[in-house]
Amino acid sequence: MTTIQIDHVSRWYRNVVAVNDITMTIGPGVTGLLGPNGAGKSTLIALMSGFLAPSTGTVTLDGDPLWRNEQVYREIGLVPEREALFDYLTGRQFVVANAELHGLPDPGAAAQRALALIEMTDAQDRTISTYSKGMKQRIKMASALVHDPSVLLLDEPFNGMDPRQRIHLMELLRTMGAEGRTVLFSSHILEEVEQVARQIEVVVAGRHAASGDFGAIRRLMTDRPNRFVLRTSDDRTMASALLADASVRGARLRSEGGIELEASDFGRFSEVLPRLAREHGIRLHEVTPTDESLESVFAYLVST
Amino acid sequence: MISRTIVRLGVRSVFGRWRGALLFVLPLVLIAVSVLVRVLVGENETGAQHTLQGLGLVVIVPLVALLATSGLLAPEIDDGSVSYLLAKPISRYTIVMSKLVVAAVCVVVFAAVPLFIAGLVMLTSSPSLAVGFGVGSVAGGLAYCALFALLSVMSRHAVVIGLIYLLIWEGLLGGLLDGVRWLSITRWSEAVIGELADLELVEDLPVTYAVIATAVVLVLGTWLTGQRLRAFNLTGDE
Repeated sequence: MTTIQIDHVSRWYRNVVAVNDITMTIGPGVTGLLGPNGAGKSTLIALMSGFLAPSTGTVTLDGDPLWRNEQVYREIGLVPEREALFDYLTGRQFVVANAELHGLPDPGAAAQRALALIEMTDAQDRTISTYSKGMKQRIKMASALVHDPSVLLLDEPFNGMDPRQRIHLMELLRTMGAEGRTVLFSSHILEEVEQVARQIEVVVAGRHAASGDFGAIRRLMTDRPNRFVLRTSDDRTMASALLADASVRGARLRSEGGIELEASDFGRFSEVLPRLAREHGIRLHEVTPTDESLESVFAYLVST
Repeated sequence: MISRTIVRLGVRSVFGRWRGALLFVLPLVLIAVSVLVRVLVGENETGAQHTLQGLGLVVIVPLVALLATSGLLAPEIDDGSVSYLLAKPISRYTIVMSKLVVAAVCVVVFAAVPLFIAGLVMLTSSPSLAVGFGVGSVAGGLAYCALFALLSVMSRHAVVIGLIYLLIWEGLLGGLLDGVRWLSITRWSEAVIGELADLELVEDLPVTYAVIATAVVLVLGTWLTGQRLRAFNLTGDE
């Protein structure tokens, strides 16, 4: 049982606040750290891996400080976001070197075990510089797993992976979580996070925006007004028909043509819209959600 | 205190880049020049001394130290791969000292030994000059390594700053202003060489001071580099 405790932590760079008064506990199982790019995810992972001092607050691993404490790396495996590796080594040499640096009794065997776990045994004797992005990602995983750590921190691990590798890594993370390890990975893609993580921590603009299982986060994101732009063969009739339905909260005819619409109940709206259009003999040319980008979803989460 | 793995990785990182090739070129230039001096001037003590001092000690030794040290730490810090060394339960001083062992071997192989050989080529009858420059360049080279290691962990522009320091402080001002000798690594190694080879390369600089100053730079540089690594900030691109 290994737990990372972040307690009222802020971190700023000169006058830019990267992490703003965040308190969270990362326990055993898989936790997803979700947030748009630049939200402070990498800063948080750096704080949790002892590579950054908090400006205020404390970050501890089972009560021990993480900053300036190299002994914590016995427990931690870190997969950094940056791709740079020791390119002149082969995959196996790199993982063996990591095992040796951990002072493992049998570095060769530990490296083989880690390489087999991430399915890199076949490519282990190739130079890292010849690896694809996904292979580099996996060799980073092997180096982080070689000492069998109880905590695994991964910064955007799915970046650059093809679908098959993605599924394999997700499976691996689930297994490690099920084994009782504390696994935390960051991502800016909700679908990615909810497939793996039981617990999701949402970070936006340096603040802890939401926390909970993916059902709770999903509800926060979907039970809210959705905005659309419609272009139809008869905007005025369509707008009045839609306004009569309870799922629609507002509609506005745009001067340039089309309807701006706010739906309060997305499920019902998606069923009502085609039915009403058919009943009134209106042709739908375009239905575009205007705020479905993740950023706007997060903006909404923060404002509630 | 020394990690064999880091030493092994360090050797590959120094010679795995184009900078590594320069390490072979510099001593070859020195030895070629010494052969030329011997052929053109014959066995001449002043000529030998000026070549070893002006080319060997002032140019080759610091450049070898700069190339070796900057190839060891700066690229890894630049691209973030240093995190694979730092995310390990090993003392930061072990990391620094293991890296410095590689740099020190480079200084011996690519600076001290070539200076010794060049000395012998130019002045075969009196090997004490060659021995003096060989030993003196080890002392100076080690101090330079520690200094450049510290620069590497303090700035992303360690090589440029190192070169500017060598050109302005050690080269230009060291030649113009006498007082600089108290704070110049090259002048200190000249005092050591003077003592060993019974010469006066630098005026009014006690050898005891030179040895202590060299040791202080070496120890302090290593310690401060370790301190900086203990507080190493690694952040993503955001």
